[in-house]
Amino acid sequence: MAAVTSVGETPAPAAAARPRGMHANRKRRLNAYRYVVFTIFGLFFLLPMLAMLRFSLEGAKLGTWSGAAWKQIASYQGEGVPPLLSSIEITMELAVITSVVTLVLLVPTMIWVRLRVQWLARTMEFLSLLPLTIPAIVLVVGLGSIYNRIQHYSLSALMLSWVYVILAMPYAYRALSAGLNAIDVTTLSEAARSLGGSWFTVMLRVIVPNMRQAILNALLLTCSLVLGEFTIAFLLLYNNLSVELYSISRNTPNAGVIFSTSTAALLFAFLLLLILSYAGRRRRGRG
Amino acid sequence: MTAAPLTRTARAAVEVRLEGLSRHYGPVVALDHLDLTLAPGELIALLGPSGCGKTTTLRLLAGLEDADTGHITVGGRDITHVSAAKRDMGMVFQAYSLFPHMTVRQNVAFGLRLRKVNAAQRDKRALEMLDLVGLSVQADRYPHQLSGGQQQRVALARALAIEPQVLLLDEPLSALDAKVRAQLRDEIRRIQLEVGITTLFVTHDQEEALAIADRVGVMRDGRLEQLAPPTEVYSRPATSFVAEFVGLSNRLDGEVKGGEVTVRGITLPLVERDVPDGRAVALIRPEAVGLASDAAAESGPLTGTVIAVTFLGATSRVTVDLGDTRVLAQLPTSDATTLTAGGRVTLTIRRDPVLVSAASEPAVGEEA
Repeated sequence: MAAVTSVGETPAPAAAARPRGMHANRKRRLNAYRYVVFTIFGLFFLLPMLAMLRFSLEGAKLGTWSGAAWKQIASYQGEGVPPLLSSIEITMELAVITSVVTLVLLVPTMIWVRLRVQWLARTMEFLSLLPLTIPAIVLVVGLGSIYNRIQHYSLSALMLSWVYVILAMPYAYRALSAGLNAIDVTTLSEAARSLGGSWFTVMLRVIVPNMRQAILNALLLTCSLVLGEFTIAFLLLYNNLSVELYSISRNTPNAGVIFSTSTAALLFAFLLLLILSYAGRRRRGRG
Repeated sequence: MTAAPLTRTARAAVEVRLEGLSRHYGPVVALDHLDLTLAPGELIALLGPSGCGKTTTLRLLAGLEDADTGHITVGGRDITHVSAAKRDMGMVFQAYSLFPHMTVRQNVAFGLRLRKVNAAQRDKRALEMLDLVGLSVQADRYPHQLSGGQQQRVALARALAIEPQVLLLDEPLSALDAKVRAQLRDEIRRIQLEVGITTLFVTHDQEEALAIADRVGVMRDGRLEQLAPPTEVYSRPATSFVAEFVGLSNRLDGEVKGGEVTVRGITLPLVERDVPDGRAVALIRPEAVGLASDAAAESGPLTGTVIAVTFLGATSRVTVDLGDTRVLAQLPTSDATTLTAGGRVTLTIRRDPVLVSAASEPAVGEEA
């Protein structure tokens, strides 16, 4: 009887060895390339930060070490300027309010546009990108008169959250849009509707849980924007963390304070984003 | 997979009536005053080329789109303006539609949860439905851990779990490979008969429609060309479009005279006897064409040269060049073994009633 080779049978060793060897070589080369790129970019970002940290620990004499600049931040109480902890608190509150308002505005609107009024999608994308194209100083000129009025009623720096929502929109929109593109929103919503789900149920129980990663990304981007924002807060005469750190560095004679405050701001942002990212991953793990 | 014993208490099957349904997308007429009645417990397959309105019909019935005109009644109740969420219909989609963040069990129980059925009953019913489709062991898996065929079976279980009045199937097999398709097709039919639910099945696959349905509706340009049992649609097509769309047809020039058509010297009876005399194109099924190997055959209207023999399993399809046209013949493979490309053959045509179309009318799929 003639030999019949079925699909899936083991090929001859000589023929198989070569592609496997070639594959392994290619994989090794690719890995090496990855490590080189990672190292170059790592150094590019890490070296300035390490230099900043080193300068913040510079003693009175060149080449000596001292923690004086760091102590000065903790003990600093400028005249008429709220202490550092208060500005951290305000910035955290701003991050929370901005993130919540941005997500509450964008998530349902984007799902609704995707499902029911797709012809509006382009317009919405264009509008959401506008804050990127308008320089901060122009925004401040435009918003100045509005904030003059707002400041009649409240001097709280939390009022900055309105403008931060606008600033965060391009980043949050992109992150959420990527999440929506990754799932078949129309089919999932139609399936849920045919099973008896209201539009609210469709959004809350079907679409949003499948966009969790995108929502987390939007949250991270919004938080990092709020944590690092300086220009608008400074020009509108509000004190957030960035403005506070800037004030500290301007009002102390020790040059090391400039570096210690900048490093502190960076570490604070890193820590917060790390916590958010870790929390998101843990939830996903359980999901 | 073993069929589960039927312990489910199915609801009484209902009649579905679509009356004068129309739907336009701008200037495009997707559905043109469609009338269709599904008898209680019946499975009707809507068949037709892309854009013929079959999916639009199903979406209007599901409430996923609104009709411009017409009425839909289910079990005597007018549901034309009832929202999709309140129509009480189970639907299986062409695309995989399981909720990715839920397990198989949670997916099947989703509709029951919305109906506020308690957790114990929900779980019992979900497992019962998964048992029906043979997937109870996969209950705690996520959709991405299932094959395409398994996902569609879960979607079917999910649609049936809510005990809907009507089951809607929107090309549920089109994303699957041929073998799984055939298996799942039989599975759907078995379950539909077990549950006894009125079902509308939309497909562009004629084999699927003919195999599964009690009646097949062939659609064209938003209208029903024919609605009849599968055997009738195939053997007595109402129009030339149906004849050409359902199964292959040879288009051979002929002359109509006195209720008969003469094709290459052979006179055949007509399905419709009131066709006016004159030139026409006869539509002849490949299985009505017989071939005999004849190396010494002289040139004539019924002699030709074999171009290709395609093995299809139990049957083979033979393409014959008659000089001025080509003819397809479908023969038992045992009869086709003697035929080879380049060989001379003589044709016979069985005297089945045939349909004719006007000589100028283009074939299905050709530009007008």
